[in-house]
Amino acid sequence: MQWVNVILQGVLIGGLYAMFAAGLSLIFGVMRLVNIAHGDLIVLAAYVALMLTQTLGIDPLSALLLVTPIMAAVGYALQRGLLNRTLGDDLLPPLLVTFGLSIIIQNGLLELFTADSRKLQAGAIEIQTFQVAEGVWVGLLPLIQFAVAVVVIAALQVVFYRTALGRAFRATSDDQSVAQLMGLDTRHVFAMAMALSLAVIAIAGVFLAVRANFDPAIGPARLIFGFEAVIIGGLGSMWGTLAGGVILGVSQAIGAQIDPGWQLLAGHIVFLAILAVRPEGFFPKVSG
Amino acid sequence: MNRVVHATKSSRVGVALIAVALVVLASAPYWGDRQMLRLLAEVFTFVTLASLWNLLAGYAGLVSVGQQAFVGLGGYLLFALAILFEVHPIAAILIAGPIAAVVAIPVAVLIFRLRGAYFAIGTWVVAEVFRLLASQVSVLGGGSGISLPAAVVIAMAPTRQLREFETYWLALTLTVLVLAAIVALLRSRHGLALTALRDNEVAAQSCGIDVARIKFFVYVLTAFGTATVGALIFLQKLRISPDTAFSVNDWTAFVIFITVIGGIGRVEGPIIGTIVFFLLRQVLADLGSLYMLTMGAVAIVVMLWAPKGLWGLIAERFGWQALPLQRRLITALKLKDPGRKS
Repeated sequence: MQWVNVILQGVLIGGLYAMFAAGLSLIFGVMRLVNIAHGDLIVLAAYVALMLTQTLGIDPLSALLLVTPIMAAVGYALQRGLLNRTLGDDLLPPLLVTFGLSIIIQNGLLELFTADSRKLQAGAIEIQTFQVAEGVWVGLLPLIQFAVAVVVIAALQVVFYRTALGRAFRATSDDQSVAQLMGLDTRHVFAMAMALSLAVIAIAGVFLAVRANFDPAIGPARLIFGFEAVIIGGLGSMWGTLAGGVILGVSQAIGAQIDPGWQLLAGHIVFLAILAVRPEGFFPKVSG
Repeated sequence: MNRVVHATKSSRVGVALIAVALVVLASAPYWGDRQMLRLLAEVFTFVTLASLWNLLAGYAGLVSVGQQAFVGLGGYLLFALAILFEVHPIAAILIAGPIAAVVAIPVAVLIFRLRGAYFAIGTWVVAEVFRLLASQVSVLGGGSGISLPAAVVIAMAPTRQLREFETYWLALTLTVLVLAAIVALLRSRHGLALTALRDNEVAAQSCGIDVARIKFFVYVLTAFGTATVGALIFLQKLRISPDTAFSVNDWTAFVIFITVIGGIGRVEGPIIGTIVFFLLRQVLADLGSLYMLTMGAVAIVVMLWAPKGLWGLIAERFGWQALPLQRRLITALKLKDPGRKS
């Protein structure tokens, strides 16, 4: 029974990792950009939520209604003002600019909020649990978080394949110049993709902040978790990121159960093993 | 006979200036104080790390954000060899490089499956794995780290001053060796391939260059060099812990900023970049995290508006090269009859 609990916890945290991964996968799919600052933007969203809950006195889940549009606006501005300039045939500019951005966000947060650990208080919901079977317990919050992850990914899937915006994303992804000839403003399309990515980041950031302590330095590790989930799941597949997140979450949970020092290591080792035997991931859609 | 000439007027001036600078720097223990020596040794290690990263990212197109994996590996190899096997520290530095190169082979096989930007994050995962493994090794202090035992330190040199001179000269020698090796590599036929690769990967491939092989070779070579520097860095520090050894800020962020500001894809870039970096640090160090923030912003501005860096601006404006790397073909015809009009 103990192992069932462990695996269940792993699956549920996998939902959070899938949300880290979905935003990363989305912008890579649309504009072949890998955002090194992705993890730091998740932490930024957590701090925005912290400020909102403190100044407005609202609970974290309501704060989501504000954090999501704020982060989406940040994403749009970031892409229009900065990242669009880096896109082109050369790999270096987007990589190094987002790397610089990562350092700027980390140190900016450090300057504003110090290195102290913070946490969002969601109240009673945090500790509510219920029994799903004999000896198997599930927390309400992890369950909500997983359900939200499934909804987010389903929503992204719908946006991508059922809306005009999604059509623009796919067209730009397939061929940027032809998309432009058809009257699409690719700068705007890219900015919308980044806005959507940061909206997902906002949700992930709030759940991260409710679940555990956070400080300005934890961003890079979130980037790595998201990246591992993307690769395990297979490039370009939205549902793949959920599978990847769950595999990563379960590996970490099992590792932690064996030895607390092995939690992160187990996740990385499973990632490297999958890279060795199945480098295209489990549900690949595009070749990288 | 046709022949290729590397040197230009500016490179002759450059080499002469570098030679003078070397004599001045080599004699630093006779004119500088302790603080000066420490600062210079730190400058040397950053020039070396940045030059190696430049070879990797600027020439071979392998943008790694995980070179701290090899800095830390080198450091830990020094401590492991000196503490567990009682190897003399200087011998340990020399052994660290080859071991790291051997470790780099399976690592490269694995992460070369990732392309472009995903390769970058893959290197970071490797560095994280190394850091987490290092914190599991309890004989080397586990997560909290360990100091180099006094007996080992004393065995190096009888007095602290002599030891500091020794590590200073070691740092300078290593920098000169690494830079000389990079210049020699770039002047060889492999260097021509690398320069072609830097300018256009597809075109290079169509000229018959085995791109995958040369990338692999450069990755393993830089792992060798980076680990050697890493071992030396932690011989200076005398203490190691997983977080300092595998720090992404110290060994990758700074190194990337230096290379980008100085000029990526040019040998002179990292040298200029390091000088600018340390000047900025002297001015801004009191600002703490604002200093890092400024560095990040400067790197972004340079990347967007002067992607070839400071040296790139100078080189393009004046056609200078500080080191003899250019290739000019002098044809036999010209040599026989210099007055001939073409």
